[in-house]
Amino acid sequence: MYRLGEKPYPTQIVQQKLYELISSGRRIDGRAPNQHRPVKVEVDVVQKAEGSAMVSMGGTKVIAGVKFDLGLPYPDTPDKGNLTVNAELLPLASASFEPGPPDERAIELSRFVDRCLRESQALRLDRLALIPGQKVGVVYVDVYVLDYDGNYFAPAVLAATAAIATARVQRHEVRNGVLARVEGEEVPLPVVKLPTAVMMGVLRERVIVDPNALEEAALETSVVMGWGTDDELAAIQKNTPGLLPMEVLEEIVEVSRTIASRLRRTLRESIGDRWSEPKE
Amino acid sequence: MTSELVLIKEDGTRIDGRRPDEMRPAHMEAGVLENAEGSAFVQMGKTKIYAAIFGPREAHPRHLAQPHRAIIQCRYHMASFSVTERKSPGMTRREHELSKVIKEALESVVFLEEYPRSVIDVFVEVIQADAGTRTAGLTAASLALADAGIPMADLCAGVAVGKVAGTLVLDLSEDEDKHCEADLPVAMAPSLNSIVLLQLNGRLTKDELKAGLQLAKKGTDLLYDLQKKALQKRFASYGEVPE
Repeated sequence: MYRLGEKPYPTQIVQQKLYELISSGRRIDGRAPNQHRPVKVEVDVVQKAEGSAMVSMGGTKVIAGVKFDLGLPYPDTPDKGNLTVNAELLPLASASFEPGPPDERAIELSRFVDRCLRESQALRLDRLALIPGQKVGVVYVDVYVLDYDGNYFAPAVLAATAAIATARVQRHEVRNGVLARVEGEEVPLPVVKLPTAVMMGVLRERVIVDPNALEEAALETSVVMGWGTDDELAAIQKNTPGLLPMEVLEEIVEVSRTIASRLRRTLRESIGDRWSEPKE
Repeated sequence: MTSELVLIKEDGTRIDGRRPDEMRPAHMEAGVLENAEGSAFVQMGKTKIYAAIFGPREAHPRHLAQPHRAIIQCRYHMASFSVTERKSPGMTRREHELSKVIKEALESVVFLEEYPRSVIDVFVEVIQADAGTRTAGLTAASLALADAGIPMADLCAGVAVGKVAGTLVLDLSEDEDKHCEADLPVAMAPSLNSIVLLQLNGRLTKDELKAGLQLAKKGTDLLYDLQKKALQKRFASYGEVPE
């Protein structure tokens, strides 16, 4: 009988080495187990977009752009604006990403980013109902993975958040029940929180933060934790096969919370006065 | 707009009269379809799901085959009439995502190395949806795999926990799902005390997550018993010659 989830021999060798390193508090690239790779957030990288951000996390690069439009509300949410998130794993990024319609990994990434933004209530969609039931703001967030060295989830959420938080959209006014552009005036989107996400890898009973591609291939399983604020989760996705022992869950929650808060601080420093927390 | 809907009543019971930690009536049966190598039916409240297994068989297209193990292909699909407003019969993005998480949960427990270069096809068909369909679908799929005689380290049993009007509740119904603050689908390999599927949709603190997982475990232990009973029933009468 085989051991459950046994990987091919070359991967097993990597697994053993990684496990020994993690057990002594180190990683293959010199990091500590709960350390993420260097993060860089650059906003306004695409002038034609209403908001945009390029995020690199080690060797993984993700770009996100925001476009804004007016449209009809969904029938079940007449007094709310619309948010549409799409993500693509570009063939530029890795030999394992193929051109064509989004595969299940890309769909999973889109839906995870969507949940981080939507469920955290970071974007106040209710404030985008310009004429409730008739005309609402439609926010398109498109995320592209440009370069892949493991964990595209965390940089994707960071880029999407940075892009909506710094976006400036055409201001509209209701005059006599009709929507009119206010020429030359742009307003920020109603973004009230900065959600961030952290990918956690599990190898036997050990937990690591932000796996690179080599580590990702050797992990037993992984889970992505999306935090809307320092204290509140917004989304979780166990995104690979494998057993996730109940015993490691507490560590995953605690470590991911600390790292998510750190990423949020990095983001705030990078976008400076382009976004400020609403005082309510 | 204030909703008149009271999800948690003054006496602490839910909209359908259940206690917060009470499951809906569940029913399971293995071996319900003639042609599939393994099949199962799972009902949880009004949620009704069939699952069928074909294989292990040769992987098609061939480039999908893995030299050292079998792969699982999974299609989670909702019938067009399973929901209030007719759903278009094609695969939605949601269905693609759920197919992925169900597949990966099953890959966590099946001894895939026993069948190199092959594929095990898993089809999950939601006949009626009343919340908790991904977890009930996985519960049915693992039962169908066992019915097909495919070696597994454990079954998978799943349930959705929700936060409804500030209260954590076990086994969300659709009425609750529509208005809940958080939806936490969890599936366990109960004997291995491990999670095989975990998602969260909505806002939850770390303490609520912890409590939610404990609640889920209570539910999955119960479902696990029902799965084992369904398998016993299926095979206890096997080979009996009709009178």
